[in-house]
Amino acid sequence: MAETKHKIARPVNWNKLEDPMDLEVWNRLTSNFWLPEKVPMANDIQSWATLRPEEQLVTMRAFTGLTLLDTIQGTVGAISLIPDALTMHEEAVYTNISFMESVHAKSYSSIFSTLCSTDEIEQAFRWSEENPYLQKKAEIVLGYYRGDDPLKRKVASTLLESFLFYSGFYLPMYWSSRAKLTNTADLIRLIIRDEAIHGYYIGYKFQKGMEQETEARREEIKAYTYDLLLELYDNEIKYTADLYDGLGLTEDVKHFLHYNANKALMNLGFDPLFPREVSQVNPAILSALSPNADENHDFFSGSGSSYVIGKHEATSDDDWDF
Amino acid sequence: MFEIAYFSNVSENTKRFVDKLGVQHHRIPVMASETPLMMSEPYVLIVPTYGGGDDATSVPKQVIRFLNQQQNRDFIRGVIAAGNTNFGDKYCRAGEIVAMKCHVPLIHRFELLGTPYDVEVVHKKMETLWNQH
Ligand SMILES: Cc1cc2nc3c(=O)[nH]c(=O)nc-3n(C[C@H](O)[C@H](O)[C@H](O)COP(=O)(O)O)c2cc1C
Ligand SMILES: [Fe+2]
Ligand SMILES: [Fe+2]
Repeated sequence: MAETKHKIARPVNWNKLEDPMDLEVWNRLTSNFWLPEKVPMANDIQSWATLRPEEQLVTMRAFTGLTLLDTIQGTVGAISLIPDALTMHEEAVYTNISFMESVHAKSYSSIFSTLCSTDEIEQAFRWSEENPYLQKKAEIVLGYYRGDDPLKRKVASTLLESFLFYSGFYLPMYWSSRAKLTNTADLIRLIIRDEAIHGYYIGYKFQKGMEQETEARREEIKAYTYDLLLELYDNEIKYTADLYDGLGLTEDVKHFLHYNANKALMNLGFDPLFPREVSQVNPAILSALSPNADENHDFFSGSGSSYVIGKHEATSDDDWDF
Repeated sequence: MFEIAYFSNVSENTKRFVDKLGVQHHRIPVMASETPLMMSEPYVLIVPTYGGGDDATSVPKQVIRFLNQQQNRDFIRGVIAAGNTNFGDKYCRAGEIVAMKCHVPLIHRFELLGTPYDVEVVHKKMETLWNQH
């Protein structure tokens, strides 16, 4: 942190940028700010009732799994990046990411309170605390968050942001592709969009850090990245089977995992690992990720979103003049 | 083959994709203080999307400034967009906007650094476009 080096406390000056990316990402994150309370959920109540009990159970479990990851990222992950920040503005961006993760974590509770009984909610949370694969993925990333290598911390963080969430994100997209739980899907899409910017930014800062390292160290970190990805992947496959075998969706989810693992690597500046044959996403899931603008999803239909609070005006010399 | 003009922010995802293409290329500068790029041969534009869901800022301002030059508009023959499907309906939106405003086809969309498959497809499509002109 800048403070410790200079032994004086320094206020952050946003009029003097060392890396313009910090302001760019700050602006985008703040203008994308949203709250679950603003997303209507009531339409899903009827839809929820059409799911079989087992489908409801798996959905709740997937969501407590996501809640756990967002909780970790909000209270440990994003904050653990602050001491390693290269600029004071970067520190500020991490505080924004951290807060938004807490919003994400809370939004699953909004979904639960709309759809489920207190008893069911408590059981699902208990499941998340007892599921060995979910606990293992938490344990692996937490190990690096608490470790002493700033670059490894960023790798673990990017893999969480851009890979580990997707076994859970799959299910609301699957329901949405069958015209079920569409309000829930709207909310999850907001989270998915945020995660893209988080993964991009942390991955970018990782690459900036790598530039300052020796060739040998870069090789070490690269090998570590692929090893960690594979370690998480092995566990993720087991988690996926545990969660989805009963619904017969495991194979489809795996494709989605491969696809997102490749994107996580790209966010870190590395080449994709999984070949195209196994990383092609079911087209129904892909179109659920980008629902048609003229359906009832007003969020994606225009630039003025009803959920978004802050908005930036483009200055006039950046405007089209034809 | 047409040349390529592209924009890539300091994250340089698009730059790394362009490097893999092996086609003559020119970069639109990131900083307004740098010499602006002027194209004098027909080219295909590669543009990453930056709106984060907002149409007004989907096309990077550097690309808007570049296309505000009549000469650059005269030589554009097609557009390729980069993005991330996490942005839903706004996936590669910048490509749609440029295609519409410049009346050129959007020939391909890809994510982040692009895959070997994207490289292959872009080669094929650039060739088709070349043969049509
Ligand atoms: C702030 C921000 C906003 C973005 N908005 C969009 C978007 O609206 N649609 C999209 O498809 N991709 C979007 N992306 C993804 C970028 O287009 C993608 O990361 C691209 O590879 C960046 O290319 P570059 O590194 O060459 O600049 C966004 C990324 C960031 C960081
Ligand atoms: Fe999150
Ligand atoms: Fe995140």
